[in-house]
Amino acid sequence: MEHIRLPKLWNKHPVNIEKGSSSGSHVDFIAGGRFCVSCVNCSATAVSEVEKVRLLDRMFSKRSRVGTLYLTATHTIFVENEGGFRNETWVLHSLVFSVEKQAASSSGCPLLIHCKNFQVLHFVIAQERECHDVFVSLQRLSQPERYEELYCFSYKPNVDEKERQQEWDFLDLRAEYTRMGIPNSLWKLSLVNRHYKVSDTYPAELFVPQSTTQSVITGSSKFRSRGRFPTLSYYCKENHATICRSSQPLSGFSARCLEDEQMLEAILRSNPRSDFMYVVDTRPKLNAMANRAAGKGYENEDNYSHIKFQFVAIENIHVMRSSQQKMLEVCKQRSPSMSDFLEGLESSGWLKHIKAVLDAGILIAKAIAEEGVSVLVHCSDGWDRTAQVCSVACVLLDPYYRTIKGLMVLIEKDWISFGHKFSHRCSHLVGDPKEVSPIIDQFLECVWQLMEQFPCAFEFNERFLITIHSHIYSCQYGNFIGNNQQGRVELGLQERTHSLWRYLWSNRADYTNPLYRPDQSQAQGLLRPSTAPCWFKFWGRLYNRFDHGMHPRQSVEEYLRAIKEETEQLEELLASHRRKISKLEEKQARNRTPKATYDKSPTAWFIGHDLVLANTPQDYTSGFLTSSTCQLKTPCSSLTLSPQDFSKTYDSSHSNGSDRESGIADLSCRSPFSEESTRDQDSDDDAYSAA
Amino acid sequence: MEFSEHIKTANVEDVVLHQPLHPPSKGTLCITGHHLLFSDREEDSGRQVLLLLRNVDAVEKSSVENLMNYFGLFPKPGRSDRATESSGTIIIKCKDLRVIQLDIPGMEQCLNIAQSIETLSHLDSVAEMYPFFYRPSHASLGEQWGLSTPERHYTEMEALHERWRLSTVNQNYSVCPSYPPAVIVPKAIGDDALKKVAKFRQGGRFPVLCYYHKKNGMVILRSGQPLTGANRKRCIEDELLLQAVIADSDKGYIIDTRSAQQAQQARMMGGGFESKPCYSSWKRLHRPMERGKTLQESLIKLVEACGDKSPNMDRWLSKLENSKWLSHVQTALSTAGLLAECVERDGHSVLVHGSEGTDATLLLSTLAQLIMDPSCRTLEGFLTLLEREFVQAGHPFQQRCSHSAFSHARLQQECPVFLLLLDCVWQLWCQFPLALGFSEALLLRLATEAYSSDYGTFLCNSDMERGVHQVKDKTHCLFQALLKPKERDQYTNPLYEPNELAIWPSVHPQSLQLWSGFFLRWTQQAHHLELVQEEIRNMVIEWGKLALS
Repeated sequence: MEHIRLPKLWNKHPVNIEKGSSSGSHVDFIAGGRFCVSCVNCSATAVSEVEKVRLLDRMFSKRSRVGTLYLTATHTIFVENEGGFRNETWVLHSLVFSVEKQAASSSGCPLLIHCKNFQVLHFVIAQERECHDVFVSLQRLSQPERYEELYCFSYKPNVDEKERQQEWDFLDLRAEYTRMGIPNSLWKLSLVNRHYKVSDTYPAELFVPQSTTQSVITGSSKFRSRGRFPTLSYYCKENHATICRSSQPLSGFSARCLEDEQMLEAILRSNPRSDFMYVVDTRPKLNAMANRAAGKGYENEDNYSHIKFQFVAIENIHVMRSSQQKMLEVCKQRSPSMSDFLEGLESSGWLKHIKAVLDAGILIAKAIAEEGVSVLVHCSDGWDRTAQVCSVACVLLDPYYRTIKGLMVLIEKDWISFGHKFSHRCSHLVGDPKEVSPIIDQFLECVWQLMEQFPCAFEFNERFLITIHSHIYSCQYGNFIGNNQQGRVELGLQERTHSLWRYLWSNRADYTNPLYRPDQSQAQGLLRPSTAPCWFKFWGRLYNRFDHGMHPRQSVEEYLRAIKEETEQLEELLASHRRKISKLEEKQARNRTPKATYDKSPTAWFIGHDLVLANTPQDYTSGFLTSSTCQLKTPCSSLTLSPQDFSKTYDSSHSNGSDRESGIADLSCRSPFSEESTRDQDSDDDAYSAA
Repeated sequence: MEFSEHIKTANVEDVVLHQPLHPPSKGTLCITGHHLLFSDREEDSGRQVLLLLRNVDAVEKSSVENLMNYFGLFPKPGRSDRATESSGTIIIKCKDLRVIQLDIPGMEQCLNIAQSIETLSHLDSVAEMYPFFYRPSHASLGEQWGLSTPERHYTEMEALHERWRLSTVNQNYSVCPSYPPAVIVPKAIGDDALKKVAKFRQGGRFPVLCYYHKKNGMVILRSGQPLTGANRKRCIEDELLLQAVIADSDKGYIIDTRSAQQAQQARMMGGGFESKPCYSSWKRLHRPMERGKTLQESLIKLVEACGDKSPNMDRWLSKLENSKWLSHVQTALSTAGLLAECVERDGHSVLVHGSEGTDATLLLSTLAQLIMDPSCRTLEGFLTLLEREFVQAGHPFQQRCSHSAFSHARLQQECPVFLLLLDCVWQLWCQFPLALGFSEALLLRLATEAYSSDYGTFLCNSDMERGVHQVKDKTHCLFQALLKPKERDQYTNPLYEPNELAIWPSVHPQSLQLWSGFFLRWTQQAHHLELVQEEIRNMVIEWGKLALS
């Protein structure tokens, strides 16, 4: 491959990598075991390799691993081959956000890879020239210029073509609208945009009030940015209130549009029980007013009958981008004090923005559920803040969107079909950095914040959100490629790539929340979260997800999942035993030995065994042990490890281990508990000499 | 009783009670020597609220207008609209952080009630406190008081008998008033030497063993600071005692909970630290921990921040930061981690002290034991640890817990060391949810009981004082009560799996959280999260039933 400028070029995929990959620590989030198969089949035939590369641990800088770095057409692979076992780290080029080469020092030349899933890999390469070559290659490889270069077009899991086609039938938005209860006497399907002529960023199928005519739609669309006229996003069966969405009106200082006014009137009238509707502009008022000077703007309450207009101040994509960058800087600090961290978090403003999005969602959800009033939501173009706010409101309103399939449908509806510009926002291709913004991250985080407040209200778990997050950026599946439906059709994504939704669905056992209790009162209907600032938490398991040492070492969820499975199995077994007993009783009433059958049942045994397994989540192991591969195979790994093993691994993870005897200075340096030790060491000496 | 002279109005009808998580209700308010009793008038509801007056941290009289702000979150009672001029309102802020409002008809009655609450909640005399009057029907006095004794602790730890002995030098509390009558000391050191060492340590708190690490025979000792003073006084017995601790090991560590500078300054006041020439085998580490007033103020600021109704995120984060409470949690956990590392991984004995050795010292030794010793992590084990390391070891509960975060009284000896300990334990509980045998509910219960209790366990400042007041004869023991079958169920952790390994906490800021179960306890959300714990318990019970059948 021409991008790879390292001297050694092979035409053969190294066999050892293929073999080992299924035990690599990253298989977990990159589509399971199929990963390595894809590599065999894909174009990853050119490999360059650099030996004796050190991978530093971000949190404990004294800890490092030595291995070989491979560059393939699709992945950067680091293979650690010390200590008798292999440990591999795979990073997709499409997940690379930036590559940074730092000044060389005596120990080598540092190369930092920052990934879009918040992983940071800190390599040290001995030769500066080699480092430079890797840097240049990676830069090119991680910044594809054409869609065809994206991984989803070369990702070929072991699935035949018919199955692949079926993957895309898994989610059907038409079925989703039917679930909501439309079309009905109030709302109808409009095919006015079937050739993407009215709005090139809208989907082909849209729902509008029964009474709207084609001329009203086209008229209204001409009065809205990018032709994004008001259309239905969510319909509430119980009270006919709806969430509609659009872009900003081209009102300037005084312009009016009769059709647009009629459009809103029609939306209002399709909610028979209400005599007014809300129009929510999700921008800060100042931004909206500035837009008026450019001939855009917001609705004038005087021109539209029976609307109540309201701003909710959510900042624009540029503010959000820089806020997340600041927040990530805070996360990357090696050993910040509590004050550094909290101050950094505050000044990033990240949680403030999350709260703003959630607050807006609550405002709309309450208008629908409590007042029964319809809401039209827009921002500027209606594909960022509008998508966030509509989908957050949906999660709050409708328990269906709190299920595994429901959340997929919601993302498909409010984000993918309505033209959130995924490829721009997630920088799938090299392009304008000002278009990049973590808008979808914020939506996922809002859902997570809600899960933290309502642990029983969601069918899915945190891992589900994190996996979706990864794949939005990974370009492994076709779902998020492109910026709108028209673009996706042109790319032929449904014909050429795989669908994430089907993959997630077939692995849904991994993403199920064992505490899901849809019948619990606070999990039903409208969620009423607290929006007091103290209830907003920092999402460490996303933003620091690769810093395993920070996370709880044991997982309640894994334990409960195991218990739940066991309980179900036992119930089944019990039922089958009961059936057998009753049969036996029928056949030979004399011979009664049911109790004995129970006691000998093997389940009681297996439970204990399974629990030990459940008790040792992978995070715990891989966080503590440098190499998860060999440890994972022992069922009783971390928690029942013999103490010596544990201290050994703990040792290796926090220190060099060799300079044990060299006294307290070393103890403090290697101790994770003594960040301030060096300073205190000095002051201790002072005290001591004075004494 | 004399209480009656403080009660001018004992009963008031038509009082409206506003309390968190409940709609306002109207009923009769009754005040007794130790309690505030509210009975709902609706007969079918039959709800009663019994509040121990000792739990009251602050009483505020307020006009109705002001309240609308404060209670903006509570549903508006229809009846309060007609609040006549002659009605008054009392806001009661409790030590368990609950805030209650009472609307009382009649200004005079209102003032009387407020006056009585104010006085009766601050009674200083130990003998008048409620534990001496509490007589539950299900228990009788004279049952075993406490879970263990120093004697039993020593007997159970056979491994240490070879080099350590149980000394009764403090039998009459004459050597150290804040120590229990029996303590564990090196075998090589006689009682006479101990008396001399006691004179050289603040409060007579000579170094005693508090933990023996079975894996490597290393120990944790704790003491008060050495009284070296400005002229660097020495005490040969003290040096010998510490030398005897090390025996054949090459060295030991001293963790001083003050900064080097603070330790220096202490010398001017007659205190000091172990200097290198005199204690050559000991390596001193200074790990400053916040104490006293600063810690109490930190708690006050945090509680104030949690009660702030402002929706402003920046304001919350800056108040949270400014309170420094989480920084104190971080420091405590990392210092305890260091202590445990010295013992478990570095294989050396450690002496911990600060000044008095009754606060931060105990916090550290308790946390380190939880980290290292699996037997401390069961429900009984944890309560026994608290009994040994806080109650018997002489943490002055009465002084430290006489007021909490709402009080307007001038700060004296108040300091939430025990609360900080519980917060740290909660952080461990979050990081190792299967490794601790007790539940969050236990930590919450202890956090309440330490400040106001039906039981005698947290009364007084030391074993000696408890003896003087006959606490063990005249009150019931909290720890025993918590272990009774009925209570026990809610205080065990259903997910507990015994685990022999040390549980090393992560002390990254990202790993530590605000203890919402305590600091945001009286909110709907905290209530939801409590229900989740219940759900988990039910799941495990259901599974257990099937697995056993």
